[in-house]
Amino acid sequence: MTPPTARELHLMQCHRCRLVCARASVSDNAEHSAQYNFRQSCQRCGTRLHARKPNAIARTWALMIAALIFYIPSNLLPILHTSALHHDSTTTILGSVVALWRADAWDIAVIIFIASVGVPVTKFLVLALLLITVQLGNTRSRRERTKLYRLLELIGYWSMLDVFVAALLAALVQFGALGAIEPKAGILFFGLVVILTMLATLSFDPRLIWDSQPKNEQ
Amino acid sequence: MSNNPATNEPGEADIRSRRVGLSLAWLVPIVAALVGLSMLVGSWRDAGPTIEITFDTAGSLTPEKSPVKYRNVAIGEVRTITLSKDQQNVVVAVDLNKDAEAFAREDARFWVVKPRIGAGGVSGLDTLLSGDFIAAIPGTSETSANNFRGLETPPPITYDEPGKRFRLRAPDLGSLDIGSAVYYRKVRVGEVVSYQLDPSGEWVNLGVFITAPHDQYVTSNSRFWNASGIDLGITTDGIQLDLQSLTSVLAGGIAFETPARAPAAKAASTDRKFTLYNDRTSAMAPDKGPAHSIHMRFGQSLLGLKQEAPVYFMGNEIGEVTSVTLDYDAKQQTFPVVVDARIYPRLMGQAYDQLLETVGDEADVDTSKSPMATRLFRQLVDHGLRAEARTSNILTGQLHIALEFYSGAQNAQGSITPDNPDQILIPTQATNLDKMQDQLTSLLETLNSLPLATISSNLEGSLAELQQTLGAINDEALPATVNILQGMEELMNSMSSTLTSAEAALSPNSPERQRLGLALDEVERMSRSVRELSDYLRRHPESLVRGRDEQGRGEFSQ
Repeated sequence: MTPPTARELHLMQCHRCRLVCARASVSDNAEHSAQYNFRQSCQRCGTRLHARKPNAIARTWALMIAALIFYIPSNLLPILHTSALHHDSTTTILGSVVALWRADAWDIAVIIFIASVGVPVTKFLVLALLLITVQLGNTRSRRERTKLYRLLELIGYWSMLDVFVAALLAALVQFGALGAIEPKAGILFFGLVVILTMLATLSFDPRLIWDSQPKNEQ
Repeated sequence: MSNNPATNEPGEADIRSRRVGLSLAWLVPIVAALVGLSMLVGSWRDAGPTIEITFDTAGSLTPEKSPVKYRNVAIGEVRTITLSKDQQNVVVAVDLNKDAEAFAREDARFWVVKPRIGAGGVSGLDTLLSGDFIAAIPGTSETSANNFRGLETPPPITYDEPGKRFRLRAPDLGSLDIGSAVYYRKVRVGEVVSYQLDPSGEWVNLGVFITAPHDQYVTSNSRFWNASGIDLGITTDGIQLDLQSLTSVLAGGIAFETPARAPAAKAASTDRKFTLYNDRTSAMAPDKGPAHSIHMRFGQSLLGLKQEAPVYFMGNEIGEVTSVTLDYDAKQQTFPVVVDARIYPRLMGQAYDQLLETVGDEADVDTSKSPMATRLFRQLVDHGLRAEARTSNILTGQLHIALEFYSGAQNAQGSITPDNPDQILIPTQATNLDKMQDQLTSLLETLNSLPLATISSNLEGSLAELQQTLGAINDEALPATVNILQGMEELMNSMSSTLTSAEAALSPNSPERQRLGLALDEVERMSRSVRELSDYLRRHPESLVRGRDEQGRGEFSQ
């Protein structure tokens, strides 16, 4: 039904110069070679060649768990320290959302909530779903899962909105005694969460979703 | 690693080497976990003690926001604010920093800093914007505690300022308050840090704090007085206006000074008690010595005799009136006025010492001073000491008590009243004014009883007669007198001419004068002859019988 994949044809594309190379396979076992890559270099540019992203699942898991760990302090620790005329306050992410909501700035509150809570949580859930289904070799609704992966790539950097807001505020609001905003540790962890989830998304190979079919058929 | 596709063995080796690489990816979450863990451990280690402070109200404290500060450095944060179980108080849970353990000691103190606007100044203004916060003073006790009772008012000395505390005893608080300044030579050197009523209710006990370099000026001889406000007093001396610096007028203040005449005194030790006088004059007055109360009963109204009216002994102020009350004498059905006064016999000066010596000689049983003074006054009363209410100021009608000796005083008994052995009863004398009134009344009565009508008619008759007599004199005696006067004038004229002739006769060239000179020569010659005769007679007394011999015959022949 479906046309043969590159791997079935024993072909690999160089990631750098896009040269299609013939894959020197150690064994005929496709799954085996998918998991354990040989060191094969591009004939043209010398980049290492992979049929699939190396250690995709493990790396994704690792990065995602790391992001998950950092997500805890990023929410608990204050992200901003606002001082204005002796009025000192530190805000956490959720605290600022609540404060904005109470200040009738519900639109901004929603944006910040989506960027700082909605997006990361979505990423964690989607990545976990993808990883688990791939590992279980689930073949159902693979097309939808691929769409989910594309969504991940799309929304990945939007979480950086928070970090940028904090950075902008900290850079702009420096009026000395009248008012000053400085970033706190929470925003650093949040930035790390965003970067780690993006890396996790990158290290996941969506082709794995489709690889499970032959395994099932075997 | 081999590229040989024909054999499987090198592939095996590759698989193993990859497995090691696979675990490398897991380093990321491990590192993340380590970071998280270290933060957790760090925060756990940094977490200081959690304490609970009970306040009456929470003020504008906010949970997880209001800091706890010491010297304006945050040492903790309010975590929760809850009502106590009996709902009488507010329990504030505070997370202290790790290095703030000294604040979890038994004797640490906490209070809520609020903006306070008083006449003495504005404090805690920053809390208007930042909200209240809890201020703390660390404790020094060894035992740690977790439950504290918050102070409702800030403690007087917030930090361990060097200086000394002194205690003052005042009859009333005046316009003083916590924070009122203490002045030394009009320099602000300290402040009032506490006040409370004495348990007896008769005094106010004030605590003052004098900061370090200035506390040395407080000596055991120092006198404190209330320097607050405007002191406008109408005393028997007239109107007196005392005005201090404007701050102390508004906010109240205490001043102290050491009398110059006091002997060199060393700096007072901390917590020493002083008396807070009402004004500088009374504060700087010489030491009055022990007080004695005297008791007087006046038979007449004493309008104008007020409390604190002075008591004079022979013109010296020695005390003041403490109370003026009305008594009822059922026997005589009169209302005597009972006057109690406090006197300081020492104010009598030298006289008192001398008097004491005489009394001490009489009775050496009691050595304590008060019975001595009592005896002394009893003695004085026996000698005629009487109390009298006198007007001291005509304008205000104020009275004072004068203790003086009256020789004619009846021998009233000045006895010790039984209920208070220290009290001295001094018999009284009717007031001058009263006596004057009495005399006036009797005078008027006498005048009233005079037969004025008769006297006046008689007087009228006498006057008419007098007028007649005068008319007669005018008509008859006067012309005669004129004649006499004319005669006298003539006489005078003749006398004048006589004198003129006498003057002419006595002039040196007049013949009368020359004749007088000759006559005098004659007299001189005659007296010489008489002397010769008497000499001759002494030598020749027989010549009186026989006659003289030949030599002298020719001269004295008689």
